[in-house]
Amino acid sequence: MKRIITQTALVVFAAGMMAGWRRFATAAVPSGAEQVVHMTAKKFEYDPSEITLKKGIPVILEITALDRDHGFKIPDLGIRADLKSGQVTRVRIVPERTGTFKFRCDVFCGSGHEDMAGELVVVD
Amino acid sequence: MTRHLDRREFMQLAGLATAGIAGVVFSSGLRGVSLAAAKGRAQDFMFLQMSDLHWGFTAPAVNPDAEVTLDKAIAHVNALPRQPDFIAFTGDLTHTTDDPQERRKRLAHVRNAVGQLKVKVHRYLPGEHDASLDQGEAFKEFFGKTHYAFDHKGVHFIVLDNVSDPKGMLGDEQIQWLRADLSRLDKEAPIVVLTHRPLFDLAPDWDWTTADGAAAIEALMPYEYVTVFYGHIHQEHHQMTGHIPHHAAKGLMFALPAPHSVPKKTPIPWDAGTPYRGLGFRSVQARDGGDDYALAELGVEKS
Repeated sequence: MKRIITQTALVVFAAGMMAGWRRFATAAVPSGAEQVVHMTAKKFEYDPSEITLKKGIPVILEITALDRDHGFKIPDLGIRADLKSGQVTRVRIVPERTGTFKFRCDVFCGSGHEDMAGELVVVD
Repeated sequence: MTRHLDRREFMQLAGLATAGIAGVVFSSGLRGVSLAAAKGRAQDFMFLQMSDLHWGFTAPAVNPDAEVTLDKAIAHVNALPRQPDFIAFTGDLTHTTDDPQERRKRLAHVRNAVGQLKVKVHRYLPGEHDASLDQGEAFKEFFGKTHYAFDHKGVHFIVLDNVSDPKGMLGDEQIQWLRADLSRLDKEAPIVVLTHRPLFDLAPDWDWTTADGAAAIEALMPYEYVTVFYGHIHQEHHQMTGHIPHHAAKGLMFALPAPHSVPKKTPIPWDAGTPYRGLGFRSVQARDGGDDYALAELGVEKS
């Protein structure tokens, strides 16, 4: 199957900025500085479900939805993206403070939907 | 004279109510002699809120009586000395299934079961377990529209659907419909909103939110006497957004923990010593012309 890569703009990031994060601006940061983390999403899990990031290091989460549409939401940071089935969605973030930030699927996907979640752990 | 409940008073009452103290009657408005009553616009009446039936749920450690819980609640309702004017079902009538046929079987079972209620006037809305996998298609076949408005004894009821969109949102079209519906009303009209998910951000990391609920609250905010009743969180909960009180109801299949009281949201295990603890339904007594509501929390079985 042709692998489609979708670059997802994070529409909502004001809350994330308030929380100490900001959207990674492509124009401002050379692509070589970006750390890429590959993830998959399927009923009812993300893999990996725990991701450790270094504070201050820009990261792109490349998330492939394997089986159907899902969502990716980090409520504490005001970040969300639609994950379209069979596509790769790129979520760009820069962790600017340490801590643990939960993410979850916010597109209802079935009986295990409420368990489809994970954590971003940001360390110094 | 009209008196508004301030946040401190509200939280005190909410604390009493959530502590499960028997006999607490929670008044959501406490506005004293209201303007609405003075105008004599609405009559006193009572309705029931039944929520989160989750028919089809199977987990004996959580509810070993899953197959009879609904029947017991219906028997309790039928035994009430005063029957309600109507019963509002605030979503998740069924537990989700990927199988469209099984979904319809579950919806049909609930429709048949609630047909045993003495009171025949029912108002339905879906929860995400009923409607999010097929955008409400099966639900509509059994229970009709997923968002609508109706009037009862001078109170304007607005039923909002924040689940048929699997992203847990109302959507622009429904918000426009809400604004148009509200535009016909006097700013002092008594309004009750029935919905499934909380319209405010109660616990977004637990999926206890409506993605665009703020737009609905903004549309409601100019109206003086608005009260919201919702389900989804399987527990009694009371919160204000500005002057608008939001009341969550217990479920009728399993209870869930208080927001952020545990690291992970999971159903509360069954306690054989106190069967059906945390489950139940609510009566809502409209008073003072629909700007004051007395709430009573009732158990699955008659105590």
